[in-house]
Amino acid sequence: MGLELPKNPDMDQDNVVNFTDSEIVSHVKDALTSLLSGDSNSYNQLVGVMHHSKQLAPDEVALLETTLKALAGAVSCIDITLHDSLLSAIFSMSLWNYGPHVADALVELIVSLAISNGKYLDLCLGMLVSNFTPPPYFLDKLKLPRGLERKGQVLSRVHAAFKKIADYVPLAPLRLLTMVQQGMPTVYHKDRAILIYVENMLTLESGEIGELVGSTMLMAVVDRLIELDLEIGWDAILQDDFSKGIFEMELEDLEDIVDSAEPDIGEFRLSRKSLAGNSIAELLDNLLVLTFEHLESCERAGRLAKVFETLLRSFLLTVMTAYKSKFTQFVVFYACSLDPENCGMRFAIMLADLFVQDSHPQSTRMSSVAYLASYLSRAKFLSASFISSMLKRLVDWCLEYCNTHDVDINPNAHRVFYSGCQAIMYVLCFRMKVFMDVPRLKSQLLMPLEQILKHKLNPLKVCLPSVVEEFLRQAKAASLFTVSKTFIFDGLLESELSRAFGGLERLDTFFPFDPCLLKRCDSFIRPMFVFWSMVKPTYEDAYDDENDDGSSDDDSIQDFANENEDIMNDVGKSFDEQQLDLDEFDCALKKMSITPKNSFGYKFGGRFQEPTRMPSRIRPSTSPESL
Amino acid sequence: MEGLSVADADLVVYLHPSKSSKVSQAILRELSSSLFKFNEAFGGVLLAYDVNILDKQAKILSGVHPYFGVRLKANLLLFSPKSDMLLEGKVVKLSQESIHVIILGFSSAIITAENIRREFKYKTKDNEELFASRSHKRHVIKVGTMIRFLVKR
Repeated sequence: MGLELPKNPDMDQDNVVNFTDSEIVSHVKDALTSLLSGDSNSYNQLVGVMHHSKQLAPDEVALLETTLKALAGAVSCIDITLHDSLLSAIFSMSLWNYGPHVADALVELIVSLAISNGKYLDLCLGMLVSNFTPPPYFLDKLKLPRGLERKGQVLSRVHAAFKKIADYVPLAPLRLLTMVQQGMPTVYHKDRAILIYVENMLTLESGEIGELVGSTMLMAVVDRLIELDLEIGWDAILQDDFSKGIFEMELEDLEDIVDSAEPDIGEFRLSRKSLAGNSIAELLDNLLVLTFEHLESCERAGRLAKVFETLLRSFLLTVMTAYKSKFTQFVVFYACSLDPENCGMRFAIMLADLFVQDSHPQSTRMSSVAYLASYLSRAKFLSASFISSMLKRLVDWCLEYCNTHDVDINPNAHRVFYSGCQAIMYVLCFRMKVFMDVPRLKSQLLMPLEQILKHKLNPLKVCLPSVVEEFLRQAKAASLFTVSKTFIFDGLLESELSRAFGGLERLDTFFPFDPCLLKRCDSFIRPMFVFWSMVKPTYEDAYDDENDDGSSDDDSIQDFANENEDIMNDVGKSFDEQQLDLDEFDCALKKMSITPKNSFGYKFGGRFQEPTRMPSRIRPSTSPESL
Repeated sequence: MEGLSVADADLVVYLHPSKSSKVSQAILRELSSSLFKFNEAFGGVLLAYDVNILDKQAKILSGVHPYFGVRLKANLLLFSPKSDMLLEGKVVKLSQESIHVIILGFSSAIITAENIRREFKYKTKDNEELFASRSHKRHVIKVGTMIRFLVKR
């Protein structure tokens, strides 16, 4: 008994026996029910067909396909305890091993099983989720065209199956959620299956059941990113060089690090070199890039605003509370850059709101303002008017604080205040040039700022010396105000007092959006990122004047005025139009004969940059900034 | 439709101390998390609730985390189908072997071929699957039809 199909159905035309679908189904039903009466021959044959699944000849493939289809029709006869060997055989089959027809039949069977009885639902969903990742032997083949094709086949069927099951069993997505979260490979799995698993999770987010499962998927992905992020220890990659400051040469190019003789790296900067061989860093890099690409597709589909809400929630819950997250925050940065008007501004406003509210714990507020400062300084896509409005909020808050606290310097007691002041100074170090040329901004911001800085609380003494020094230098060059006392820090990066206000977590030296050291990520972030080298500090104009050999003073002043005009016009313009700045920049740079021509090889075209090799612009000994 | 019932319940909801600043929100959250799930204590699936907080005071449990218990009075809508009850649902899938039904938008049920009345014959007409009654010409079950069925188990 049992299924008897001709050996070569396409060959043997004479002897071919055409079974109808219903006949085959009833055969299978008989095989299943016969087990009850003790006759296990046909049943065992069935199980045998399921197990025999590798290196199949064409007729065996046909047999498997037919059997699967027949089983799909006979699901009502399958008993969970009686036919457990058959069921375990079915559930251990991997879609990756088969061609499209068998895969279709298998998926049909799984869906039928899932909707026929609640007992099978979890098992079926589990089987589908386990098909997110290919069997071990296949992982290497994923990069090949054949592997990619198979991947597309399998994953499209898996996700379609989820939708079908959800149609007939409305609460299935709830079960699916828990399964997917529990099934996530840990970061310690050598086979890096997590990459393709996360890809699947993101597909679920944007898929047809995305509305139901999407936000949980996204939050789970961010959770995993943070986990990886925290695996990369700060101590493993810091270099103890206390002499260099934050505003020294930034690590823009890997070649530079390799070329330069001395370690020009400040204490609080990570070294890209030491991350190069780190496999966890590589994994995090790839996962971040996956997330970036997913955000891009969300933006194209017009869903970014909704996804961004989930991202923000996740950021507040996971990223901000993690101790000095290193790279995960760039996910939010990238999302903001894709939609500067909505998401970009929303992020900054949220951070500012967090900072000013008394009800939040101290470290949250300090961390929030650190994020805000770093974000406002580094985001190229934010308009100057928006940055100034954010700054004004901070200044107003600090001024209010000063007026209500008429006390002396005390780093421990006024941590939030000092972190606020440091944030303002940090942003102004990057953006001062832009603001100085707009009189309205000048008066709105500077008058109160001067009051704050000259207050008894003495933020200039407490805040991070390198930030204060740079700020004062620029302020002096721009003739903003002069301080009566001289602040001599001797290029110190930090001081007793700054450590005091920073506390155990060292929030005084937390600059979360410092250049991303993960290579692939960096290529995404670079076009909308402000590097310190791109900033033209106010004192460089003075340096210009000194260095002008041939040209007269009038010329240089005229040039300066022209630049300022252009910059004034640029205030409030969009990110694209600010490219004009670069031309002015280049112009000014050419006057400095030391630096090579065409130093800014950046191509600020679209966002989707090929990782271009930057010409190494900075030679440690000749760069003007290192002087 | 049988199986639906409204119950009055006295409940105590235990909340984590961090929620003490937004108690009502936490209570609603707690109750919402048990929606559409079978609850042993209620003896059915919770479909909806209407809550009144009884006391402004709550008892704090001693232990590692001082959870506090808030007393509530609630009206609960429960769904607890038993054998031999009649239920109504919408047909979502038809096949030779079975009819799949969704009840109240969240619960799925399946009626297998042996449980479908003999008078219904499975037909495929114009690519549409349906069960047509032999005795009453107009009586047809298609995808989207509401049907009433008896609960077996």
